[in-house]
Order: sequence, then C-alpha cells, then structure tokens
Amino acid sequence: MTSTQSPDASGAKLPWLRISVIVAVACALPFFLSNYHVFQASMVLSTAIALVGLNILTGYSGQISLGHGAFLAIGAYTTAILMDKFDVPYWATIPVAGLVCLIAGFLFGLPALKLEGHYLALATFALAVALPQLLKFRYLEPWTGGVQGIVIMKPDPPMASFLGLTLNSDRWLYFVALLVTAIMYLVAWNLLRGRIGRALIAIRDQPTAAALMGIDTSLYKSLAFGVSALFTGVAGSLSAILVAFVAPDSFTVFLSITLMVGMVVGGLTSLPGALYGATFVQFVPNLADQISKAAPWAIYGALLIILMVVLPTGISGGLNLLWSKVARKSGASI
Amino acid sequence: METFIHQVVAGIATGGVYASLALALVMIYQSTHHINFAQGEIAMFATYLAWTLINAGVPYWVAFFGTILLAFALGVLIQRIIIRPVEKAPVLNVVVVFIGLLVILNSLAGWIFTYTIKSFPSPFPKEPPFGLSFISSHELGSIGVTLVLLVMLYSFFRFTPLGLAMRAAAQNPDSSRLVGIRVGWMLALGWGLAAVLGSIAGMMIAPIVFLEPNMMSGVLLYAFAAALVGGIDSPGGAVLGGFLVGILENLLGAYVIGTELKLSVALVLIVTVLTIRPAGLFGKVIVTRV
Repeated sequence: MTSTQSPDASGAKLPWLRISVIVAVACALPFFLSNYHVFQASMVLSTAIALVGLNILTGYSGQISLGHGAFLAIGAYTTAILMDKFDVPYWATIPVAGLVCLIAGFLFGLPALKLEGHYLALATFALAVALPQLLKFRYLEPWTGGVQGIVIMKPDPPMASFLGLTLNSDRWLYFVALLVTAIMYLVAWNLLRGRIGRALIAIRDQPTAAALMGIDTSLYKSLAFGVSALFTGVAGSLSAILVAFVAPDSFTVFLSITLMVGMVVGGLTSLPGALYGATFVQFVPNLADQISKAAPWAIYGALLIILMVVLPTGISGGLNLLWSKVARKSGASI
Repeated sequence: METFIHQVVAGIATGGVYASLALALVMIYQSTHHINFAQGEIAMFATYLAWTLINAGVPYWVAFFGTILLAFALGVLIQRIIIRPVEKAPVLNVVVVFIGLLVILNSLAGWIFTYTIKSFPSPFPKEPPFGLSFISSHELGSIGVTLVLLVMLYSFFRFTPLGLAMRAAAQNPDSSRLVGIRVGWMLALGWGLAAVLGSIAGMMIAPIVFLEPNMMSGVLLYAFAAALVGGIDSPGGAVLGGFLVGILENLLGAYVIGTELKLSVALVLIVTVLTIRPAGLFGKVIVTRV
C-alpha cells in the first residue's frame, strides 16, 4: 500500500470555487447531450459511488476486495424487489439498499477480519462468483425472478420542464444520480478527513502501532467493510433504477473485477480518482471495441498493463504529478 | 454403494486437476508472493495449442510434450515481458496486470480459435480399466498424472541444484544474488514451470469440460479453494486440498444440494476454512516481528 496521504482527504477546506464550476458544468451537461449519452453519464456517476466505496475499503483501510460486485447486486436487487413487489417509490429504495448492504457488508466483514491481503481477496472473489448462482437459486426465485431477473418501471420526471428546460426520464434520472453522488461524496469526504479516516489509514500503515494507540482495529476494519458496502449498495440501487432492469448475469465476477480495475486505474485513496476510474470503466471497453472488433478485450487488457507500467499511481496520481510539475515551473518563473 | 464409490473416485479425478492448478498457484506464490489470477487462462491457452497440434495430425503424446515445451516458453515470456516491469509495484497494481493478462489471453483464444465448443481427446482408452465399473480410464489416468507430477516436482525442488537455487531465490533474493544465483531468471523459470503445470491440468480437464475460452473460470475458483484450504505456501497441502475439494464438490453435488449451488459450496468452504485456520490446513502461520 502507498503510505502517502492524498491532499483531498486531509485538507480541511473544500475548494469552493472549483466545486461550483464542476457543479455548474455537471448541471448543464444533460441539456447538451443525447439521451443515450446522458444515460452513460449517469452510469459513470453511479459507478463512481461504488468506486468511492471500494476505495474506503481498499485505499484507506488496506483490505483488498474482489467481490464488490456482490454488494452492487444486493443493492440493485433490494431496489428492484422493493419497487416490483411492494410498490415503494424509487427514491425511497436507495437508502434502504444502502442500509441492507451496510448490514451485509458488516456481517461479511466479521469473518473476513481475520484474513489479510490475498486471502481476503480470494474470499471476496468467491463471494462474487457465488452470488449469481444464489440469485438464480430456485427457492429465491419468487423474489429474484430467477434467470429472467426483474424489470422495473423507469420513473418519470415529476414535472415536464424546469425553468423552461425540458426534462425527460433520462435527464431527470441524471439529476437524481448527480444529487446522490454529491451527497455520497460529501459523506465520504467528511468521514475520511476526520477521526475515522485517520484511524483507517493508521490501521492500514501500522496495524500494531494503531492498536497500541487505542484504535479498536477489528471494529474499524469491519466498519470499513460495512460502510464500503453501503456506498456500493447505493450505487447498485442507482444503477438498477437507471437501467430499469436487474438480472443475475449482470453481476458476474467480471463486474467485481471491473470495479477493482476502475479503482486502481483512477487512483487509490483519491476521491476524484473514483470519477476518473468510473469514466475509464464506462468508456474504454467501447473504445477498445472501436480499435479492434475481433479481440476488443485484448486491447483492453493491453491498455490496462501499459497504464499500470506508465502510471503506477493511477490517473489521479499522474494528474497530481503533472499539476505539481506545472506549479513548480510557474512558481520558479515568478 | 457403487454410485457412492464412483462419486468419490470421480471427485478424486477432478480433484487431481484442481490439485495441478493449485500447485501452479502455489509455485508462483512461493517464488513471488503473488497470486496469479491469469493461471487458468494460461492453462486454457496451452490446451488450445495442444488441440491445434493434435488437429494437425501430431500423435497425442508428441503433442502433449510439445505443448509442455510451448507452455514453458509462454510462461517465461510472460514473466520476462509483462511481469518484470511491475515486479516492485504494489500488490494491487500487480493484480490489475494479472487481470489484464487474463482478458488478453481469453480474448485472443476466442479470436484465434473461435468461441465454439470443441471436444478434446483423452489419451487413455475408452473402456474402464481392469473391468472396474466405478472408474473410467481417463479418471484413473489423470489421478496418475497428478501423482507423477507431484513426485517430479518434489524431487526437483528437493534434490536438484536448480531446485535449490529456485527455493533460495524465492526465500531470500538478496542473499541468493550474492552467492551468484540469477534471481530474475529463477523467477522466470518458476513462471515457466507453473505454466507447464497449468497446461497439463488443462489437457486433463478438457476431455471432461470441453474446450472453450471460458472453460477454466470454474476450475480456477476450485483451485483457489484447494490452494487456500491446503495452505497457499504448502505444495503438499495444495494437492491434498485439491483432492479434498474435488471429493466434497462431487459428494455435495450428488447427495446434498444439487449442482446449481456448487460454486456457493466452494465459497462456504473457503470462508469456513479461512475463519478457523487463516493460514490454511498445512500453511505456515506467519509471525511478524515489530
């Protein structure tokens, strides 16, 4: 694990100017894009939430998970079942999905506490492999819909237009996703810059010293698992609403691996990195497909390996490096 | 009773395949402390090479040993070209590189050999051996192959200077370099041997599961389970773990829960064993000094 602390988690002040520019651009975005691109942008946001969750676990507390697709699935299915069987409005299912995943993650985290490094990675990997089978299990079929999955209604916007700008279902959901992402980012930022974040980093870097200082390592570790699952569950719920469909085969091991790849590519212990990673995960497979129709995943794999060799700290690490170089140069010239 | 014995024997046979792959995982883990997620895909790719050779009219055993050589070269090349640049990188980066390797090999196999399912010949006779009804010749043969492999590996590491050098390079790279062992090449050799083990596992399992680019994903999970149950740093444990997982999988599948939850059984097994014995049944408990 890297022992460097990223500035965005330890800095006490939010860069308000930068944030307001980002928010303004993000709000204007859906009115310039086609519906499909708006949908893709919403998916990037939802993936980014999941990556923040994974980052809390892997980046900050140093536990490797290859099974976060499972929590994504649990979140998505919670939403789908609540909407399909109990007619719960879509927005109300998001916190429920988060809560269910918090509990599931905390419980899975308890036995997983004893495991470290590769062993934890394998236990979570097994979870990711087993979950699609469980979802197809015939005794759960009345709830999960088996192989068929569950089709849910895509929610309509509450009003046809806002301030003269027309809203449609995709644009509306984009704003929902944007709001949820903003809330989750704020929660993560607050969680990680304070006592809890410091405790997690201490456990990651010096477990023995952290325990000596009076940090309850097992509590914090399983808490990290739970909170990380909560974030992922919210992301899963959001993606279920966006896609309006859940099925066991959308939650294969490959999804979990994609999440991990997104996190490492974006950059560990970096909240903006989650957005870069999510963008990579959303668009690069298509890009690879355009380069070679025959073996797109070979291109994707090659890109991954090259990226890891060229930018070992991920995109955000690379950008930080670039930024500090530029800053130093301009500082020297003045 | 007859079916019970047959289930156990079939479990031992598939267990032997898991054991070979688990052994490959343990080999790479011992020499580099990485778990190679691409191990299954290397095995799959090597099996395709064997299929190509056999289809070109090469006799089975010539193709078998030819594939072993090719797999060895593939393993060494992968280590030299792809793994070496990230040797010193953090664990997660290496995992991502392995995943990159996995998708590359999977995609290439699909591209070169197409995704249609192919049958793969077994080198052993069709009729059961010695008139026994509870075991097929292929099952007996693959158990035999696993045992031979185990003995060969053990002797290689225990009795040859090269084996000793490899163990030394894995355990203490700096001191090994000082006594003149070429540590980098020892690692490449380890990768080559692991690829050989994988290719043999692939050629043994292919007649059972048929040849297709995704044939190894399930097998790899069981191999992980086997390696962990036995202890990731113990070759003997990995083999025993492989047989154990194979038998349990078959018995539970046949009598307790049916085939649809087989993978979940592997999950429960992994988590249970790791909770009770975090270092596996035969693994060394690592004590760190602070």
